[in-house]
Amino acid sequence: MELLQSIFTYDNTMFLLEGLRTTLFFAGSSILVSIFFGMILGLLRNYDRGILGKLAAVYIEAVRNTPLILWILAIRFLVPIPANYSGICSLTIFETAVIAEIIRGGLNSIPLGQFEAAHAQGFTFFQTLRYIVMPQCFHNIVPSLLSQVITTVKDSSFLWAVAIEEFTGKGMILMGRFASSSQVFLLFASMALIYFLINFSLSLIVRSQSGKKPKLAPAV
Amino acid sequence: MKSSPFSIDKWRILAGEWTALGNGFLQTLAVAVLALLLALALGILFGILSTSGNKTCKAIGRVYVEFIQNTPLVIQVFFLYNGLPYLGIMLGKFSIGVLGIGVYTGAYISEVVRTGIQSIPVGQTEAARSQGFTYVQTMRYIILPQTVKIILPPLTNQAVNLIKNTSVLAMIAGGDLMYRADNLATGRLIYGPAYITAGILYFLLCFPLSSYARKLEQKLKKKEVRTISQAEAAIARDTPIEIVQTGRV
Repeated sequence: MELLQSIFTYDNTMFLLEGLRTTLFFAGSSILVSIFFGMILGLLRNYDRGILGKLAAVYIEAVRNTPLILWILAIRFLVPIPANYSGICSLTIFETAVIAEIIRGGLNSIPLGQFEAAHAQGFTFFQTLRYIVMPQCFHNIVPSLLSQVITTVKDSSFLWAVAIEEFTGKGMILMGRFASSSQVFLLFASMALIYFLINFSLSLIVRSQSGKKPKLAPAV
Repeated sequence: MKSSPFSIDKWRILAGEWTALGNGFLQTLAVAVLALLLALALGILFGILSTSGNKTCKAIGRVYVEFIQNTPLVIQVFFLYNGLPYLGIMLGKFSIGVLGIGVYTGAYISEVVRTGIQSIPVGQTEAARSQGFTYVQTMRYIILPQTVKIILPPLTNQAVNLIKNTSVLAMIAGGDLMYRADNLATGRLIYGPAYITAGILYFLLCFPLSSYARKLEQKLKKKEVRTISQAEAAIARDTPIEIVQTGRV
C-alpha cells in the first residue's frame, strides 16, 4: 500500500492522466480524420481507373510498407509545424492508408449484382455508392475499424520517439524518478494494465459486433 | 540562403555513410528473421493450445494472446530494456529485439493459427480419431497441412508487420535501420535523404511480401467462389450430396 502511495501521489497521477488524455485525443482524432481520407482513397483505388486511382494506390502501398516511426520522425523533422500537430499528422497519414484498405475490403464484400441492380433502377454511380454500397460497407467493417482503433491507441506510443508526452512518455519520465525495482515494476504493471483495460474493452466490443454481423450472400 | 532538405550535397554525405545504413539494414534483417522464427514457434504452439480441449491450455493461450495484443509493443520492449535489469537480467539490444518482437508477433500468429485450425470441419478430427490417429498425428497429418494454405496470406501480412515493427528498436538505440538513419539524419543534418533512403529500404523488404499475400488471398477467394458455384451447379443437377461436399474448401 505504501508502495502504491509512493508512486501514485496526486501530482504523479495527474501527470499520468494528462498523458492518457493526450494518447486518447491523438488516437481518436487521427482515426476520425483517417476514416474520412481513407474513404476517399479507398473509393478512388477501387473505382477510378485514371491517374487519381493510381496515385491512391501508390500512397496506400508506400505507407503500408514502411514503419510508422519513420513517418513520425520524417514529419517531425522535415515539416516545420509544432510537435503535437506533427504527431497527429503522422498518425493520420499512417492510419489513412490502413483504413483505406479496410474500406476497400468492405467495398469488395458487396456483390457486383447490387451495382447492376441499382444501375438498372436508374441510380447513378454516386447514388449507388451513397444509398446502397457505403451503408453496407460501413456496417461490415465496424469490427475491423474498431480493431484499428486498438492498434492506433497502441501505436501512439511510438510518438515518444519524438518526445511527444503521451501516456508511455509520461510513464517513462516518471520512471526516471524512481530508484527501487518494486516501484519500477509496479509502474510498468500499471501502465500495461491501463492500456490493457482500454484495448480489451474495445476488443470485447469488436467481438460482440462481429457476432452480430449478418452473413452476406455469396458473391456468385 | 537555407539549403533545401533534399539538396545534392546532402545526398553526397549520405552516400559517404552508406556502410552505417548497410549495417543497420543487415541488423534489421537479422532481427526480423530470428524474430519471425520465434514468432512462428510461439504462434503455432499457442494456436494449437487454444484449440485443444484442455481448459488450462486454452486459458494459457488466451492470457498470452490478450495480454500481448492489448498492450503496446513499445511498453513491452521498454520493459525488457529498462525493467529486466532491475532483476539482474541484462539482455543485449539484439536479443531484446528478437525476443520482444518475436513474442509480440507470436500472439498475432497464434490467433491466425487458431482461426485456421478452427476453419477445418470438426468432422475431420473425429474421422481421424476414429481411424486410430492420435491427437498429435491428427494435427500433423490431417489438420495442419490443410491449415497452411488458408493461413498463408495472413501469416505473410504478419511477417510484413513484424519487419515494420523491428523499427521499435530505434527507440532503445538498437542499431537497426531506423536507428542508423535517424542518427545520420540528426547527426549530419541530412534528414531528407536519410529518411527517404530508409523508407525505400523498408519498402523493398515489405512490398514483395505484401503483394504476395494479396495475390494468395485473391487466389483463395476465387477458388472459394468457384467451389461454391460448382456446389450450387451440382445441387441444380441433383448430383449426390457427397460430391458437393468434397468440392468445398
